[in-house]
Amino acid sequence: MDRSVGAVPVVVPAAADPGRLGAMLVYEIVMVALAAIRANVLRAVLTTLGIVIGVAAVITMVALGEGAQQRVESQIQRMGTNVLTVRPGQQFWGGVSRGDSNMSVEDAEALRDDSNGLLTVAPETSSRLQISYLRWNANNQVVGTWPEYFDMYNHALQVGRFFNQGEVQGRRRVAVLGYNIPTQLGETPAGALVGQTIQIRGIPFEVVGVLEEKGDAAWVRPDDQIFIPVSTALFRVFGGRDRISNIYAATPTPEQLDLAYGEIDRIMRREHRIRPGEDADFNIRNSADLLATFNETNQTFTLLLAGIAGVSLLVGGIGIMNIMLVSVTERTREIGVRKALGATPRAIMFQFMVEALFLCVLGGVLGVGAGFAAADVMTRVAAWDTVVAPEAVLAALGFSAAVGLFFGIWPAHRAARLDPIDALRYE
Amino acid sequence: MNDVIIRTEELTKHYVLGAETVRAVRGVDLVVERGEFVAIMGPSGSGKSTFMNMIGCLDTPTAGRYWLNGQQVSELSEDELARVRNRAIGFVFQTFNLLPRATALHNVELPLIYAGVGARERRERAAQKLEMVGLGDRMGHKPPEMSGGQRQRVAVARALVNEPALLLADEPTGNLDSVTSEEIMHVLAQLNGEGQTIMLVTHEHDIAGYAKRQVHLRDGIIEQDFLTEAVETRA
Repeated sequence: MDRSVGAVPVVVPAAADPGRLGAMLVYEIVMVALAAIRANVLRAVLTTLGIVIGVAAVITMVALGEGAQQRVESQIQRMGTNVLTVRPGQQFWGGVSRGDSNMSVEDAEALRDDSNGLLTVAPETSSRLQISYLRWNANNQVVGTWPEYFDMYNHALQVGRFFNQGEVQGRRRVAVLGYNIPTQLGETPAGALVGQTIQIRGIPFEVVGVLEEKGDAAWVRPDDQIFIPVSTALFRVFGGRDRISNIYAATPTPEQLDLAYGEIDRIMRREHRIRPGEDADFNIRNSADLLATFNETNQTFTLLLAGIAGVSLLVGGIGIMNIMLVSVTERTREIGVRKALGATPRAIMFQFMVEALFLCVLGGVLGVGAGFAAADVMTRVAAWDTVVAPEAVLAALGFSAAVGLFFGIWPAHRAARLDPIDALRYE
Repeated sequence: MNDVIIRTEELTKHYVLGAETVRAVRGVDLVVERGEFVAIMGPSGSGKSTFMNMIGCLDTPTAGRYWLNGQQVSELSEDELARVRNRAIGFVFQTFNLLPRATALHNVELPLIYAGVGARERRERAAQKLEMVGLGDRMGHKPPEMSGGQRQRVAVARALVNEPALLLADEPTGNLDSVTSEEIMHVLAQLNGEGQTIMLVTHEHDIAGYAKRQVHLRDGIIEQDFLTEAVETRA
């Protein structure tokens, strides 16, 4: 017998970790997995549909939430970050809530006069009332306040002037109109209304000014409001009430808000004769606090919606697992051949994991595109603000990859565990 | 001892099929030396394929011991077995077992891929083996585009591409007509002539006649073990 032949050692010495996949092998296996997907493109696309929809849904929902949030955050800037709102607290009388406000213009005056110039103060009382001008009618929010109000909220005049403190004291029937009012009363340009008389609840008022466009500020629409002196509102229009619903107090800078908070508390307690330690019958709130509450609610809804969308991602993952199991069964013989030719369990496992992972990431990428498109459509059609956050895109892609890994493990493990001889005999 | 490639002692394989235990191989002692061309013969159910699968590390014995080139195979881990199948053994199957969607070249490259051989060297070695079996002009063809004989030659090229110490062929001509069968057997005989150790499973006497040594199995044990030349001399 020829001893020189077959000189290759029969049994390869055991490496430190014979199962470890070399970089070359990893590349080849990835190619094999991709080729398997290419071989059945239609099935791959249908399989990934679940992931596409799931990712798109998550992205759209988060974009809606993010859009709402940014909108609110821009409104907080417009509302003024240096304004505190004093509101009447809940009043209980024998367990029954008294709806009446317990704040009066005197409280506002005390805050203005006793805070050593720290606070710019404006009271507010408002009501929705019938407005008429010639043959035009409208129903608008009428706000009774002080001239300081305009300054506090950075209102600018389009035409005419604000009312002044003298007109407040004189309970004069003068009105400053929000940007949209002239249009609603059928009078453009706005300037033509200045000096004209409009009826508020049938009471004639002289229009002295029209404001610039302001845009929405959180839950109020200043462009649709009409501003009149608070005294006129209380004693001539609203019918003898002297209670007001809000007092706004602004500081020169936001940094002084804490100081202002203490001052307001001190003055209001004095005015309302509340001893230290007793519960106050008023609330002092920062506009930022109000918006924080809103944001919290918004975030809850976003999470809820994204969670529901996430469920569809999960369902998509199960679809991937299903098709991967089918793929493993279909290719049992191929697995047997590969094993007979020297594929380690790890190599087989890796091949099917890559396939599942790729399907999911493909679905994720398509889903991100679909999510962008859906968010865009919502903005155009429903006029909802949407902001597709890069974090949401990354999270959705990451999650879909995780879904691929998670749901790919079982089929891949099944493939790797196949007995070579059983796999080869499989019909 | 260095010349011994295969040594089995009381190699046994039992299957459990439902309530029944099938004793496919019932204690086979066999020694095969380097350079031999052995045909494992026997009627169907004689356990010859089961024996072959154990030799090829595709199946694990129920009892008994098996040394491949001095190393006891039952001591190897699954990963090590995969390496043995990859480097030390080349398989030729009755049903070819080529990947239908891959080209002939890629099919032959497969063992090299799992051996971690680089792309260029892989291509060269695979092409060289395909040329050796006379398919130099069919490298880009896929198995469904080839005849049975061509497919089996691709399988032979694939089995040889890693220069294995042992070539195993399980009924390699079972799906081929007699002319093509002869072609394949000539290829195997030629390889053996060049020093390749070959073990062949068949139930056809004329196919077994190409081998130098014939081992007949019946009911899972060796019935006869003789050299082909001796038969010819006797006849």
